[in-house]
Parts: sequence; structure tokens; C-alpha cells
Amino acid sequence: MTIKDKAAIVGVGATPYFKRGQSYPESELSMACSAILMALEDAGLTIKDLDGFSIYSSSCDPATVGAELGVPEIRWATSTTSGGGGCAGALGVAAAAIDGGMATTVVTLMTLQQLNKRLGGSAVGGMLQYAMMSDAGGSPYGGSGISPSVAFTANNGMLSPGHSFAQLTSRHMHLYGTKREHFAEVCMSTRDNAIKRPTALRTEPLTLEDYFNARMISDPLCLFDYTMESDGAVAVITTSAERAKDLKQPPVLIMASAHGASGRWGPALFKYFQIPNDEFPSSGHRPVAKRIYEMAGITAADVDVALLYDHFSPMVIMQLEDYGFCPIGEGGPFVGDGNIRYGTGSIPVNTHGGNLSEAYIIGMTHVREAVEQIRGTAINQVEGAEIALVTGGPAGSPVSGTLLRKA
Amino acid sequence: MSVEFGELKKGVFPTILFETHSDASTEPFWEAAREDKLVAPKCSNCGTFRLPPSPYCFECQTRGVEWVQLPGTGTIHSFTVVRHPLHPGLAECCPYVSGSVELDGTQGAGARMLVNIIDVDPDAVRIGDRVEIIFEHVNDEMSTPRFRPISK
Repeated sequence: MTIKDKAAIVGVGATPYFKRGQSYPESELSMACSAILMALEDAGLTIKDLDGFSIYSSSCDPATVGAELGVPEIRWATSTTSGGGGCAGALGVAAAAIDGGMATTVVTLMTLQQLNKRLGGSAVGGMLQYAMMSDAGGSPYGGSGISPSVAFTANNGMLSPGHSFAQLTSRHMHLYGTKREHFAEVCMSTRDNAIKRPTALRTEPLTLEDYFNARMISDPLCLFDYTMESDGAVAVITTSAERAKDLKQPPVLIMASAHGASGRWGPALFKYFQIPNDEFPSSGHRPVAKRIYEMAGITAADVDVALLYDHFSPMVIMQLEDYGFCPIGEGGPFVGDGNIRYGTGSIPVNTHGGNLSEAYIIGMTHVREAVEQIRGTAINQVEGAEIALVTGGPAGSPVSGTLLRKA
Repeated sequence: MSVEFGELKKGVFPTILFETHSDASTEPFWEAAREDKLVAPKCSNCGTFRLPPSPYCFECQTRGVEWVQLPGTGTIHSFTVVRHPLHPGLAECCPYVSGSVELDGTQGAGARMLVNIIDVDPDAVRIGDRVEIIFEHVNDEMSTPRFRPISK
């Protein structure tokens, strides 16, 4: 027994996307509420129907949002642990809650305003926060202090996400001969997809020359290999497949979903890096990929469009390998041959412009695009798209993947 | 947030945490570090090393360890060259190299050290390069470990 096809995404809502800080005077709470109300409206539902929250990365406090919007009764409130890696997996948790009879109408969302905070750890206070985050236990009531293991890494200069992913990338290049030209192709193809989208924050064309002229941030990553810092909110509503049939939009079935990782993928980033050698130069998604394909009863060849979490361009290449679109180690040449291009490639990737060029709302823009692709309403619509893959992470465990399909 | 890093040297990431916050699992490491020695806990049941030191062996789930002095040499497993300072006050130490080092005398994964690698040309450093540990004695408590190329 699995959650296969038991639940469906029936509504999507989003605020505009903003550059970092520019969503002010909106707040994370106001944007969360706006996105939720829009998603319910899109589904033909109201706040009276909403009874569950399945979130990730502490995106909001369901207690606060529930009170603010006057949700009649909250029956389910969970968050996957760790950070953005839980994004796609939170949809599976919503489906499990619905299938198990614990809730009927569940929202998954991210709301983000980087006015007084920056996710990239750009001040020493931020660096120390990053150094501490895996040990903090996620308790809002504190009491965690600085754990003894932090002293082993706090002084090593490697305390932002980019520094971490650069290490996985260096190793991938060393073992497999992956090149910066391959990362450039990820950035350029993603940018091409963003150009046509009014929601995208980066729409100026990006050439190979531009890429190689960009400043290096943390070798082998240059400016364009990094996502941007954005504000905004995106929410989606999940309900039972049965009920979805009677709602406003064509249902988008959750065909399979999983979150997790090998145990020793661990916190993976920022301070751990004790991943066994065979999995070190990877996205950490292999166990999740195996489980969602088994649950869905399909293979990578059946996927029509892939929305892969792209906070750093090389991690798209490693996910293509880990999700079986090409053999391990061949992701670089695979993208180099044009395979992820919209319109011409064998597996169109990030048709919305991704985190790299559209906006970084910690994965939810990918969920929104996956839904639009399956509904057939995407701006860069993949013709006849019936199955979409959407992922969260690479990040500390759990990472996640979900397969959505046309009903 | 006003931050003082003291005198910065190109290639050397400054110490920003001055206390070890040690507990029973980690204190032997810092005691040895104060005397320029690298030690690591080795599982007394299965022989697996683990760093940072922690309560349980990830291979056999037992707790007993014996502290072993390691040669302090190793191989660069991966690295990054940080060229853009995370904070404007860090500009003078960029570019610097940070990475993971697999330690001689250990099994590698599970006991890697994540460190600033100094005295290297950031454009010439490579995975597989041989390095050795050097401790900066910051105060009575903290000795910051870094690695540098093994002098030939």
C-alpha cells in the first residue's frame, strides 16, 4: 500500500517574485496568507475547507497563519526536518495525511523575505549560525547553544552553502571530467526558459562569454552558478484524488513522493562532509529516486519534464545522474549535448527558469511549474506532458522527490 | 553587526570561534592540539575512526574509543577557492582555500577534517595533493587546525 495516486494538487497561488528585500512593506506572514488564499481560490475552495499544513524548512508557523486567516480547525500540522530539501517531499506528507484520514485539505507553502536576513550567510553572525544549524535541533525555544562539534569547522572558512556545494562539484569534476562549460549550459538553458516569463527576475540573455566573464565566487562556482536571493510566497493545496475530480482545475495526481537520504548523507553540507566516497560527488537523491520510481512503477524514460532544485548549477547535473536520466558521471556531457533544452532536448529541465533565473522561493516555484505543466498551462509548455518530476535539495537530509501526473 | 577580524593574511581564514565548547567526547582532541598533536578517537570495537569526535560509532553503534595519535598528514579530498569574501571585512584574506582532507592512518570518510589549507597557490592546488597539519595557538583554549602542503 502506498500513496500512489491517492491525492492531487488542486490549487496554486503565488505572490509576485521580488529581488531580496523588495517585497517590503509586505511581510512573510502577509505573503503566506496571500498565496494560501489565491491557491484556495484557484481550487474553488475557501478558508473554511483548509485543515492541514504540510510544510518544510520552517516556512511558516501554522499556529500564526491559522489564527490570522481564521482557519476553522487545524487537524494536521507538520514540517519535514532540515531545509529546502524537504520541499517536494512535503507534498507526499500531505498526501499521506489525506490518505490516512487525518486531514482533507492541506497546504504546502514557502514564504520568504530577505530584508533583515540573508540565506547565504553573508555576515559573520550568519556564518556562525550556519556552523551551528545542524546541531541546533530546530527548537524555536533555544537552549541548544554551540555544540562541541562546531568548533571543528567554525574556523575553516567554509560556512556558506556555496562553499559547500563547490566542494561536491570539485570532486565531481575531478572524478568524471565535468567542465565549467557544462555548468554554463545549465545556466544558459535555464536563462533561455526564463526570458519568456513575466514572473522571472533574470531575463537578459546569457551567453557563454558572459558566463566566463563573470567573477568567481567560490571555485569552481562563478556568479551565474549561484541562485539569486529573492522574496515571495508560493502555496499549493492538496486534497484527495476523489474530491479533486469535482473541483475547479484538472487534478494533478501525486503519483509518488519520498523524502530522505542515506543515513550517512547526514547533514551533508556546511560542516559534515563525511559522506562515503561513492556518494560524495552526488546530489544525495539516489535512494529517493529509487523509491519514487518504484512507487510510481515508471522509470526516468517516462518522465516528460523535470523541475530540479537548482540553487547551484552543478547540482542539476548530479540530479540528472541520480534520477537516471543519464549514467553516473556522464551528466556533464549529457547537458553539453543539449539534452535539457526546452523544445529540443530529451528531458526539458526547469522550463520556468528555475532558481537560477526565475526566482528562489526555496523550491516552491518548481512545484508551481510542475503543476502548470501537467495542467497544460505552462508558458514553456512541454507538448503532451503527462508526468513531471519535481525535487527538493540537494541539501542536508532529507532531500526529496515527487512525481506528478495527469489524471 | 560590527566585526573585527584582527590582522588578516591572504590565504588564511581568521579564527572566528575562540572557544572549543568541548565536552567529554571532544576535549582529548583539543588537549592534544594545544601540544601540536593530532589525535582521533578510534572505535575500540571495530577500529573505525570518527571526526569530529562523537558519542557513537557509525559502523557498529558502540561507544568505546581509544585515542590514537595520527601522523598529521593527509590528502586533499576536495576543496574550494573562496574568492568573494562573505563579509567585506574578510576581503584581505581572499582568495583562500578550504577543503576536506582525508587523514593518513584512518579509513577516510567519517574522519575527514574540514579545514583552511594555507601556503598554497590557489590556482595550482589540486585534489590528491599531500598536506600536513599545523595548529595556530589562538589562546589557552583554542588551537585552530589548518593544513599546508608537505614541504618536499
